[in-house]
Amino acid sequence: MTDILCKTKDLKITFPHRLGDFTAVHGFDMEVRRGEIVGLIGESGAGKSTIGNAIMGLLSHPGKVSGGRIDLEGQNLIDLTGAAMARLRGRRIGMIFQDPMTSLNPLMTVGDQLAESIALLQDLPMAQARQMAADRLDAVGIPDAVERMGQYPHEFSGGMRQRVVIALAMAGNPDLLIADEPTTALDVSVQKQVLDLIRSICVERSLGVILVTHDMGVIAETADRVYVMRHGRLVETGPTGQVIHAPSQQYTRDLIASIPSIESREERFRNPVKRTGEIDQWLLEGHRHEGTDDYVTASALTKDFATRKKTFWGTSGSFRAVDIPGLSIARGEVLGLVGESGSGKSTLGRMMIGLVQPSSGNVHYSDHGPLAEVRSRAARKALRRDVQVVFQDPYSSLNSRMRVDHILAEPIRFHGLAERADIPRLVGALLERVGLPPDTGRKFPHQFSGGQRQRICIARALSVRPRFLLCDEPTSALDVSIQAEMLALLMELRRSLGLTMLFVSHDLAVVRQVSDRVAVMKQGKIVECQDAEPLFDAPRNDYTRMLLDTAPRASGHKEANNLRSGI
Amino acid sequence: MYFLLARVLQATIVMLCVALVGFLVFQFVGDPVLALVGQETTVEDREALRESLGLNDPILLQYARYVMNALRGDFGISYSFNRDVSEMIAERLPATIELVMLSGVLSLILAIPAGIYTGIRRKGGLAQTIMALSVIGVSIPSFLLGILLILVFSVWLNWLPSFGRGDVAAELGLRSSLFTWDGLSHALMPAAVLCLFQLGVILRLIRAEMLEVLRTDYIRFAWARGLPGQRVYFRHALKNTLVPVVTAIGLQLSSLFAFSIITERVFQWPGMGSLLLHAIGQSDIPLLAAYLIFVGLVFTISNLVVDAIYVLIDPRIRHGAH
Repeated sequence: MTDILCKTKDLKITFPHRLGDFTAVHGFDMEVRRGEIVGLIGESGAGKSTIGNAIMGLLSHPGKVSGGRIDLEGQNLIDLTGAAMARLRGRRIGMIFQDPMTSLNPLMTVGDQLAESIALLQDLPMAQARQMAADRLDAVGIPDAVERMGQYPHEFSGGMRQRVVIALAMAGNPDLLIADEPTTALDVSVQKQVLDLIRSICVERSLGVILVTHDMGVIAETADRVYVMRHGRLVETGPTGQVIHAPSQQYTRDLIASIPSIESREERFRNPVKRTGEIDQWLLEGHRHEGTDDYVTASALTKDFATRKKTFWGTSGSFRAVDIPGLSIARGEVLGLVGESGSGKSTLGRMMIGLVQPSSGNVHYSDHGPLAEVRSRAARKALRRDVQVVFQDPYSSLNSRMRVDHILAEPIRFHGLAERADIPRLVGALLERVGLPPDTGRKFPHQFSGGQRQRICIARALSVRPRFLLCDEPTSALDVSIQAEMLALLMELRRSLGLTMLFVSHDLAVVRQVSDRVAVMKQGKIVECQDAEPLFDAPRNDYTRMLLDTAPRASGHKEANNLRSGI
Repeated sequence: MYFLLARVLQATIVMLCVALVGFLVFQFVGDPVLALVGQETTVEDREALRESLGLNDPILLQYARYVMNALRGDFGISYSFNRDVSEMIAERLPATIELVMLSGVLSLILAIPAGIYTGIRRKGGLAQTIMALSVIGVSIPSFLLGILLILVFSVWLNWLPSFGRGDVAAELGLRSSLFTWDGLSHALMPAAVLCLFQLGVILRLIRAEMLEVLRTDYIRFAWARGLPGQRVYFRHALKNTLVPVVTAIGLQLSSLFAFSIITERVFQWPGMGSLLLHAIGQSDIPLLAAYLIFVGLVFTISNLVVDAIYVLIDPRIRHGAH
């Protein structure tokens, strides 16, 4: 417990701005030892990535370290010149970024990039560096390393790319590795493998690792000690097991409490929304479901995507993205649709509401008939009023040139749902209904945070008084605490308005919290579909079980963690 | 390879369409027989001429004949010069080619380093100056710049000739005025005028792309890997800016070929542009039709070359990803 590799003392980082400096990190103390993984957790804007970048000497302009010190084995990195710092990068400190899809140069082969790094950092001739590059790829678990050296990044899967990125970061045999959200962009099953790889490299080479993440589950499974950050300040620190199971600070408790649990469904979501009776009445007017029959039914639904031709004159092949015998959603039911990326869940969701044309089969709405026969302008208008969608990315799904009140008023006016004079009042009430101040409608979307924008998206979907809502990864782009609020809002709306929902997500825990019934997708097929509770508690399908087992959980593996931190 | 074959096929189809337009212009704008014969020709003679020229054949057959003739380089006889159109184009083309090459090379030599520099040192004084000058380059009309240059370098300083093409010399089997000092001095000012606009456009594009690419994760990761600056800028960043830049350069150079009319006019340069002006003035239909096909050909070929360069640059196109 002596060998301290890297240490920050009273570290202060500011971003000068013409309206006054913004301090991203206020006096942060941290220690990293060799052979230890230190977790740095916080929500977006907490300053956790900023600390990683500062240690690396790669703060984005105009940020600068304005106080304190960063010691790497006794050497203060802040005093170093740019050139001296550049010599440390790769050789003493390595870094891994979040998205393996974008951290590799798309125009260079993987072997060239790795050999380039090795030749430069270890001062080896190119031929020898290539030899070593193949060994390194092999060591991070890439099969057929020699052949794969000549391939380009786009020929690798996400998990394989992140392995390449790790090999690249380790090319100069650094002592300290900063991993900035290394698995956030990966599927859960791959995430576990990558974390295991980082763990094993850390132990083998007695490497110090700083693991920056927003995901408590990742910390719980990987880190030895954890630092919890908020608004650029240290909230709490300690061994991982202690921080997670006996947090001493309220913020840490809230953070852990807001993580949806995969273990059970909890009725603990706070409901911060002020209920206004009038708007609920308006929303329900004439649009409540009657009965509990199937609202929408898909039968023998497939979707093929064309793949490129192999030869010039050949016929193009196709790839079956979705192939399901049938799926139905009852009135007032929430069906969760889970699967890893590429499983076809979003395509299926979009086919269910007619955003994507199926290759064969059809979707039948009990109120509107088969989607394929909804042709006339009036029929399509009626369908679209009943069926609404909330997308994943609240940043790109709102028109940034329109004021929020206009965004909300447009569908009401288009469908003639209210008297012109009443619309402004309704828009205000809608905003209030989703937990925003009613007078914020005068602002533009960019003036809102991610969570607030998603609320606007929900308000927009509600503004036509829909019966059916497709939620396509509605919380994936949001911080956990906001995610919890969003789920609470959706569930509350669903209860009071009797909405039918199709909830698409890769996050099993989120799906568990909202769904009555869950369908699990793998490679375009539904492998299991049953009521949520039995599916999570006693999955019948092996794939479902694998997904549940590999999902990181904040509360799980505590024995393992306690064991490790005891060593 | 598949990608390139497909592109060649597309280019062929495009050229056939251009030829169709050229053919229709040739055939139906004005009556070729009327243009050939005098007032006193009898109706029978005209009909005979019509028959012998094949103007009574089915339209598809005529089109096929036109395409076959075009492939052999036969575009008919110019009304106003009474000479072979292809011969006239062959006479004028070298002058335009050398002007375009000179200005193209000049603008690339200046634009690429300047674009990279302004992309890297965004705030520097030199970068700001370059950017300000590039705005002037893009916005000054070429005739005005041409006249100014003539005023300064020909009239006041008397350094450079103000019009025409200089002596031509043969070198390595090519005949060009660029091989003599006299020729070069004649070409310098028109090339500079053509270059300035290209320079502004390409420089700004490279800078914008550099700024874009330097923000990407793989550049941040390249820094984090400890790569030195010149390697990050030239090996990793520059190559990633090239696809849009090459597209723009291809289009710019083709339009130089086809539409350097004003500059050629100002400097009395005996190139394609002045030929086109003449053809328009005289309603010389065969010449116009041939010019149309020529412009189509230049754009098609330059796009093909651009596509081939894409394949060299970006493996994702090679492998059909995206």
